[in-house]
Amino acid sequence: MSFDIALFLTQDGLTNGAIYALMALALVLVFAVTRVIFVPQGEFLAYGALTLASLEAGKLPGTIWLLLALGILAFLFDLPGLLRQRRARAALQSATWNLAVPLLIAALVYVMATEQTARPVQIALTCALVVPLGPLLYRVAYQPIADAPVLVLLIVSVALHFALSGLGLLLFGAEGVRTAPFSDASFTAGALVVSGQSLWVYACSVVLMALLYLFFDRTLYGKALRATAVNRIGARLSGISTVFAGRASFLLAASIGVFSGVLIAPITTIYYDTGFLVGLKGFVGAIIGGLISYPLAAAGALLVGLLESFASFYASAFKEVIVFTLIIPVLLWLSLRTHHDEEEE
Amino acid sequence: MRRGLLVLLAGLFAFAPALLSDYWTTLLDYIGLYALVVLGIVLLTGIAGQVSFGQAAFVGLGAYATAWLTTAHDASPWIGLLLGLLVTAVFALVLGLITTRLSGHFLPLGTIAWGLALFYLFGNLEFLGGFTGMSGIPPLQVLGHELRSAQSFFYPIWLCVLAAVLSIQWLLDSRSGRAIRALRSTASMAQSFGVDTATLKVKVFVYAALLAALSGWLYAHFQRFVNPTPFGLHVGIEYLFMAVVGGAGYVWGALLGAALITVLKQLLQSVLPQLVGSSGQFEIVVFGVLLIAVLHGAREGIWGWIDARITPLRPHRRMIAAAAAPAARARPAPDSVLLEVRAARKTFGGLIAVNDVSFEQRAGEILGLIGPNGAGKSTTFNLITGMLPLSGGEVRFRGQSLAGLPPARIARLGIARTFQHVKLVPGMSVLENVALGGHLRGGAGFVRGMLHLERAEERLLLAEAARQIERVGLGEHLHTPAGSLALGMQRIVEVARALAADPTLLLLDEPAAGLRYQEKQALARLLEKLRGEGLSILLVEHDMDFVMGLVDRVVVLDFGVKLAEGLPRTVRDDPVVIEAYLGA
Repeated sequence: MSFDIALFLTQDGLTNGAIYALMALALVLVFAVTRVIFVPQGEFLAYGALTLASLEAGKLPGTIWLLLALGILAFLFDLPGLLRQRRARAALQSATWNLAVPLLIAALVYVMATEQTARPVQIALTCALVVPLGPLLYRVAYQPIADAPVLVLLIVSVALHFALSGLGLLLFGAEGVRTAPFSDASFTAGALVVSGQSLWVYACSVVLMALLYLFFDRTLYGKALRATAVNRIGARLSGISTVFAGRASFLLAASIGVFSGVLIAPITTIYYDTGFLVGLKGFVGAIIGGLISYPLAAAGALLVGLLESFASFYASAFKEVIVFTLIIPVLLWLSLRTHHDEEEE
Repeated sequence: MRRGLLVLLAGLFAFAPALLSDYWTTLLDYIGLYALVVLGIVLLTGIAGQVSFGQAAFVGLGAYATAWLTTAHDASPWIGLLLGLLVTAVFALVLGLITTRLSGHFLPLGTIAWGLALFYLFGNLEFLGGFTGMSGIPPLQVLGHELRSAQSFFYPIWLCVLAAVLSIQWLLDSRSGRAIRALRSTASMAQSFGVDTATLKVKVFVYAALLAALSGWLYAHFQRFVNPTPFGLHVGIEYLFMAVVGGAGYVWGALLGAALITVLKQLLQSVLPQLVGSSGQFEIVVFGVLLIAVLHGAREGIWGWIDARITPLRPHRRMIAAAAAPAARARPAPDSVLLEVRAARKTFGGLIAVNDVSFEQRAGEILGLIGPNGAGKSTTFNLITGMLPLSGGEVRFRGQSLAGLPPARIARLGIARTFQHVKLVPGMSVLENVALGGHLRGGAGFVRGMLHLERAEERLLLAEAARQIERVGLGEHLHTPAGSLALGMQRIVEVARALAADPTLLLLDEPAAGLRYQEKQALARLLEKLRGEGLSILLVEHDMDFVMGLVDRVVVLDFGVKLAEGLPRTVRDDPVVIEAYLGA
């Protein structure tokens, strides 16, 4: 292999690795706070990319109906509790967040979708449409069994992935999409050609990670989430609502997912089921980080990106085999290293 | 009565191919094929607690092995079956040795990983036909008949299902089965009665994989075509769905789940595309939602839900035939030194939990190990039972050093224990729980249990368990599920379980904690009776009243250090001890 090829593969691997790293961060975040292994994380990437593509094509994105339906469902889930409590404020809150806000967003998208709008507006609309799905899904799928064992939550995650990937096909169809790049610029350094979009991916990933760091390190909400991650009961005793923490972490995870989708859609063709494999590779990275450490998870994800890139050069057909086999020795090492109390299930 | 009904139903079922249309017979064939895999998942996941998303890959190994051998080498399908089982056994053994060592959620993640890896391997190997697959697989031949129709295939499939159901039922009713049922929530308890839990998990894993491979072999000769799709991760997840929806803890849940999901899938596949106006796998949306609903509403699955309503806490009756006691251990001479703890030390980082503690236990006495909270009693206890490794010092039992021995080996030497937080298998009867205590007094393994070849030994073990239950005075609760007893009785069941191991030394970890006054009295009377029968007992306790009236000698610990040792009377008046308990 020549140096040029190696350089090219490295660049390619880093671009994908950056996206895997974002996935990995979201997975670590959700797991730490809620103990949910959020298998459908990748679906947010796909939904984000596909929604943006719909808007770009001047079509009404299918996510609009999903948002409305989930909002209504979440409200119905709240209803028995609201009827029992008979507190006007709680009822108003639930109606606002589950019914009014989704309706407002849907109306906005409905009006703007067919208009010619600028790229930033399209991205904003995509976020407004897809990100709220995160907390709504938490409300509907996880919150009722928030204290269940990790394994039950994992099976729920897998079920949710099934449902979302089927819905993805229903809402967006089977065709793949590729959106217009943020910039057409490309830079040449020797034999290496770096596309402007790759630079966008790097820059945005770094900025996003920095923002996450600031959020967790400097803000009260961030600290509350960290406290919940360390000790759920302790956090609850000091007045942090675990329901809030759960929804907030899903909101963040969904934002990261949608944003990754928007970033990668100009580079890779995205299908309704692309998210799963991307999410799983982020997952391999997150697991290398032991599902605990953010920097390690990000580093692991970059490693996965590089490995995949080089594997596709040497043994293109077996690149998935190589990437997913890699995880097993890592898992073994982790299991041997971390002492688990088997009785906790 | 129940059995008669089952036989009647099975008889009716045998005529199904003659009575049903081709469509429904084919569907039943598929249900049988899926049920084989799901039965393995019930054993592996529902009962032994090891979640696997990757079973479809084993189905693939079974299918591809025979497909390759029969098409590329014109071999007989029976050789194909052998090869399939062999390849699967090897794969499962290697994966099992790695994955069953994974703890908690790492295990299912590992199964996702190799599930995906094997799928891509099938799709990328030239000699296996790549993603297009292999066709022209010959049909099965049984007694000169070629099995080409759905009707004729019905019998081999459902005979295999029947054999799998029976083998699992029989296995669960055996010595190994009791150990398997303890794996999920009380693995450390099983270890301390001599169960090699790591090996047992691998055996369960391999057996579940072999059932999947068998299903794959049948599938390949039924379809006579294989490609990677039905062995992918998503199908593996569907198998797990079937188990969870049907009831992962129940053998019949496997059949119910396989039937329900298969029929539902057929219905949805014909209805949904018309409903939404395009084609695609939309049924997975319904499956996903259905599964979430089941996990929210009935975590034990549909069969579990039915079971809990029809027969709440149905006692699982087992016949107990009169049988001689299994061989008993040689007893140590009274008053000889049984257990020596010499300068035992345990540090956790900078904290010294047990600081050079020494004491001796003599045969035939009740020794009390007491001290306030945080004195290091439980840590000392764990050092003796092998739950924690010593940081320094020595523990000898009947002259043999226990250093470095795992709990299972220590149990073999004749030390049996109870647990501070009761560790019974709640769904098993008192009899079965106690019989688990006698695990090391039997030797029948996994395969003999599965084939019911160990009935003579099983009778001995059950009779001995029943005898120990009588001995502790719980004779009328033999068949009651252990989880439904009051805490006081559960503690006594734990004592009976320890007795079933025929111990030389009985270790009791805070047996009086959480008991009411009468229950404590009953426990004290029982322990006195056991001492009268020559048993040596080491008692860790912080209830002074309970200990002082009962024990021969006490050792007092405080902050990891031995404060005093001697007769209860003298220790009670020791000013140092009083200070430790009451403060200065």
